[in-house]
Amino acid sequence: MKAAGPDTARRLSAAILIPLVLFAALALLPLAAQFGPKAYILSLGTRLMIFALAAISLDLILGYGGMVSFGHAAFLGIGGYAAGILVDEGRGDLLLALPLAMAASALFAAATGYVSIRTRGVAFIMITLAFAQMAYFFANTLSAYGGSDGLSLLARSGVAGLPLMKNDTAFFYVVLAILALAFGACRLLVASPFGQALEAVRQNPGRMAAMGYDTDRIKLIAYAISGTLCGVAGFLLANQTEFVSPSYMAWQRSGELIAMVVLGGMGTLHGALLGAVAFLALEEILSDLTPHWRLVFGPILILVVLMGRGGLVGLIGRMRR
Amino acid sequence: MTEAPALALDGLTKSFGSLVVSDAVSLSVRPGEIHALIGPNGAGKTTLIHQVSGHLRPDAGRIALAGTDVTAMAPHRRARLGLSRTFQITSVIPAATARQNVVLALRPATAAGLRLWPDPAGDAALAARAGETLALVGLEGRIDIPASDLSHGERRALELAMALAPSPRVLLLDEPMAGTGREESAHLLRTLAALKGRCAMLLVEHDMHAVFSLADRVSVLVGGRIVASGAPDAVRADPAVRAAYLGDEAALC
Ligand SMILES: Nc1ncnc2c1ncn2[C@@H]1O[C@H](COP(=O)(O)OP(=O)(O)O)[C@@H](O)[C@H]1O
Ligand SMILES: [Mg+2]
Repeated sequence: MKAAGPDTARRLSAAILIPLVLFAALALLPLAAQFGPKAYILSLGTRLMIFALAAISLDLILGYGGMVSFGHAAFLGIGGYAAGILVDEGRGDLLLALPLAMAASALFAAATGYVSIRTRGVAFIMITLAFAQMAYFFANTLSAYGGSDGLSLLARSGVAGLPLMKNDTAFFYVVLAILALAFGACRLLVASPFGQALEAVRQNPGRMAAMGYDTDRIKLIAYAISGTLCGVAGFLLANQTEFVSPSYMAWQRSGELIAMVVLGGMGTLHGALLGAVAFLALEEILSDLTPHWRLVFGPILILVVLMGRGGLVGLIGRMRR
Repeated sequence: MTEAPALALDGLTKSFGSLVVSDAVSLSVRPGEIHALIGPNGAGKTTLIHQVSGHLRPDAGRIALAGTDVTAMAPHRRARLGLSRTFQITSVIPAATARQNVVLALRPATAAGLRLWPDPAGDAALAARAGETLALVGLEGRIDIPASDLSHGERRALELAMALAPSPRVLLLDEPMAGTGREESAHLLRTLAALKGRCAMLLVEHDMHAVFSLADRVSVLVGGRIVASGAPDAVRADPAVRAAYLGDEAALC
């Protein structure tokens, strides 16, 4: 819950302006791509949006709920494998496969969340990491679906029988629509009684319990929503790359998701959006310049986080002041 | 049959290691009654309040709210049964405004309690009710200030507003006067006096003026044990109490 202080108007406008600019730029990207390496631009743009979706889902529990999940990539994997396996079994249509991917993610979130949310701080970090590692090793044993080599998708999911996502531009817009929908839904969620309670539980669980809130239940619901949403990102990622492997769930991937949210600014949603875009764009540019790009990338991340509490969104806010 | 007490503790016992902090504590608060619990620092008053609210589990004994055994119940379920509390160390939601804090306190009793999408109409109604409660504790001019920007005394008043807002059956107050200024504590005293009879209160307080002007009954806790309990005047005159507790604070009596 944000306080209605004197700079609320400014912060509110940033909350509208940043996503507006980003979504407008994304919507126009396929047009701009005509004048450049089209396939590359479209593929990068789609990837940005998929990770933005994953970052937003993580921000729900990390920024709003104060739960530092170090195992969020597990949901990318679950969504990805659901897509891969269902396509493999000839049941890959989005209208069936996506709900199933979401259900599988929700189930995993509910089961692991039930245990995890009872812990706090470092214990929560470690337990979510442990569950993700279990999922990672389990995927390695799925010999029917490629084991450690991963699984190639024969084709992307159709939509109601139509090959709507086959075309890269069409797929781009499907992902954009899903991202916009998810972003809007999350905005409503964080403004809802539930969202306000979640933020308050992060700040003072004892007080919330004393007022009649079931704090465990609130955290579990948030965790399940977040995992389900991240499963959607995994489903889309597998469709984009037409490939899914255990590496989807690697702990490095979970770390990258946290870095995106922190880089952009936690607990704002548009921060996660911006963070994912900035993270992947920076990675793309730096890895183009030098093979030792990680040596530059790390310090930049640390600098932004240290200089601008509140990440990029916080930096932008202070520049506008 | 007489009405069940609003709150009844029966043989409540709790130890931290070898330190017994609640030693077979039994006491009751009748509906509308103010029962003050006094005792020196470290006597176990706060620990007792934590057990009543469910933030700590007793090792033995029973807690009943209006006749319902709540000993094993989670704090939020006790709150739903009409139990409210304040904390000795002020406990509010820092980033939320005064009004939002009180709205949060009101919501669990409403249909929109944990709705997943916004509820503008419900929010407006709750905001209006929150404004009234904030006026009651003297915060009418500070409604839109984040709790973290309020003064210490204002935060204590806010916490009281959060505890009062849902019209509790039983109110637990852990040293509400502590650290408040002279004017603020006078206001607080008037607020509590005005509430008298509307909800049962278990009042932990060091301010003897407040205790003896508000309480219907006083119990004295020393080393985890109730050493005296009764009408204020009787307790004040009890030689054992004077020796154990009031003696060194004679000026207060
Ligand atoms: N969590 C705890 N672990 C160990 N000892 C505690 C704990 N909480 C309180 N105590 C001890 O229990 C005793 C009673 O504390 P408390 O209930 O806060 O007293 P009061 O509120 O009457 O001043 C004190 O000696 C205190 O140090
Ligand atoms: Mg105390």
